[in-house]
Amino acid sequence: MPDATPRKLVEVKNLRMHFPINSGILRRHTGDVKAVDGVSFDICEGETLGLVGESGCGKSTVGRALLRLYEATSGSVVIDGVDIARLGPEALRQIRPKMQMVFQDPQASLNPRMTVAAIIGEPLAEHTDLRGDARLARVHELMDQVGLNRAFANRFPHAFSGGQRQRIGIARALALNPRFIVCDEPIAALDVSIQAQVVNLLEDLQDRLGLTYLFISHDLSMVRHIADRVAVMYLGQIAELSPRDALYADPLHPYARALLSAVPEPDPTLESSRRRIILKGDVPSPANPPKGCNFCTRCPQAQPVCHEVKPPLLEVMPGRHVACHFVPPETATAGPTGGAEAKRHNQQGEDR
Amino acid sequence: MPDGAEPVLDVRGLKTVFRTREGNVHAVNSVSFHLRPGELLGVVGESGSGKSVTMMSLIGLLPSPPAQVQAGQVLLDGRDILHVSSTELQTIRGGRIGFIFQDPMTSLNPVFTVGSQIMEPLRRHMGLTKAQAQARAAELLDLVGIPDAKKRLSGYPHQFSGGMRQRVMIAIALACDPRVLIADEPTTALDVTIQAQILELVRDLRQKLGMAIIWITHDLGVIAGIADRVMVMYAGQVVEQAPVKDLFTRPQHPYTRALLKTIPHLAGPRGDRLQVIEGQPPILMAAPAACPFAPRCAHAFERCLRENPQRRPVGQGHDVACHWEAGGAHA
Repeated sequence: MPDATPRKLVEVKNLRMHFPINSGILRRHTGDVKAVDGVSFDICEGETLGLVGESGCGKSTVGRALLRLYEATSGSVVIDGVDIARLGPEALRQIRPKMQMVFQDPQASLNPRMTVAAIIGEPLAEHTDLRGDARLARVHELMDQVGLNRAFANRFPHAFSGGQRQRIGIARALALNPRFIVCDEPIAALDVSIQAQVVNLLEDLQDRLGLTYLFISHDLSMVRHIADRVAVMYLGQIAELSPRDALYADPLHPYARALLSAVPEPDPTLESSRRRIILKGDVPSPANPPKGCNFCTRCPQAQPVCHEVKPPLLEVMPGRHVACHFVPPETATAGPTGGAEAKRHNQQGEDR
Repeated sequence: MPDGAEPVLDVRGLKTVFRTREGNVHAVNSVSFHLRPGELLGVVGESGSGKSVTMMSLIGLLPSPPAQVQAGQVLLDGRDILHVSSTELQTIRGGRIGFIFQDPMTSLNPVFTVGSQIMEPLRRHMGLTKAQAQARAAELLDLVGIPDAKKRLSGYPHQFSGGMRQRVMIAIALACDPRVLIADEPTTALDVTIQAQILELVRDLRQKLGMAIIWITHDLGVIAGIADRVMVMYAGQVVEQAPVKDLFTRPQHPYTRALLKTIPHLAGPRGDRLQVIEGQPPILMAAPAACPFAPRCAHAFERCLRENPQRRPVGQGHDVACHWEAGGAHA
């Protein structure tokens, strides 16, 4: 991390991604699946933001909407000073090389009929003037960078193992010298001994190339390893966004607390003494989220107010943002300035 | 754990081969282990290590061809079940041995109600009447923590969430009071908070019912919290077997050690870099003549390349298949 105040590379404000539900003979619009419902966060240059949550919480949708693989319903996504959400097709094409994605399933995201050289070379053919030998030379360079043997450039994806295929996907994402990469569960399909290889590779590349990552994962232990800050999502919204060490040492949102306590630790002594918060029931449908706080149906601390009023995501301590009525701001104000002088009783009465 | 008790399940020298166009794949290579009454044996290994195939072969669930169990004995309460007729095997499966699979969606039949699927083994194996089976099915659903059990019997699998479906699977597996329950990655498809619910349920059920469980997983965290004893598999072989605390505090096999180091932790100091095991697990096109882990092993020496190590004891109930001894002395 650079010590000078880092520049914000990605700024997401109030991102909403609703998928329409059409039903009946006339396919009338009868409702929305609110996959992402008002998500805001920033990612600084060179930083890794971890985005965690359970399946269906909308974390992958955030990643895709960020790169405008989906047309967001509302909200803004500013990457390197440009609002991606409002760009026209040609301007968007110009900016695409800056932002890339590594997908979860390396099997499904590589075309089985293309050779490795063709897969890695495709973005180069599309966006650069490199042709023939020059392009091949760049492909070889990329293969070296991700630890693939150049001799395999003419093989097809099926000839590679899962970990190697993920390396191909990473090489393709790196081809155009991106600044920002969305890693959508890049290690979920891999075995433990291979996961470490890929994560180390991602970290090395970040150090060498100054990349900025959004690392989407459900593996909380791995996110603790790779991320600088972590956002915990629940049902389309961010429950808590905190620096990594603070979150893992002392999660503030009740959901973050339950989630962390549910992760099994590979240590039998610790496991037998650990106090677990077992949540009752299942996640509600995002088509019909509860009124009030999204977590109120499963929250062990829910009070009447939680079923009525949606808690906003507030900065409760410097750098720590929590959306819960019962985690009041302590020292910092909720405002964007975050002045340290603010007193603890400011505007709480009106807000909730 | 009763140490002297006769094992309910005793597997000796099990060998399974898949005949493929490219040749024979040696998926299970002389696997031996036993399971005592009431014990929970964790089986860990990466994909392709042979952990599922071992369990499937011992109850004859692998399609043959291509699979062929070539050697071994599987003693259930002292009786070899590897060579019994298929009708007898059918009464054992779902009767004395229950099975829970990884994906609860694909292992439940979508066109039958949950109730009829729980009642099937009850009527088939225990000869209950329809009314008796129905009552017992409701009891079972209640046991696995599904609220409003009687009413939910008439529901279809798609009306249940992932965690609830896995509870239904557990209810089916428990229906006939099995002596042995084999659970193949039962929580892998579930979210962590739901996984925590299921693990809690299994801990609870073990106390109530006292059956022996084989729990297959690749997640060492789950094993740490639930198992009594652990067996680590690599390339179709058991490379280490130990009581759970021993395995985590003094792992002996270089593979186990490396595996424990590669996983990041939720608490404690955070390393700058993850340890890696270089290379890939092998695909065994021939019965291993050398240690299958040798090409990835930091301690491999000349003997490892010419002789596949036998399991040798290194402590109380702890054995390891490795030539390298130094680790044992000062670990």
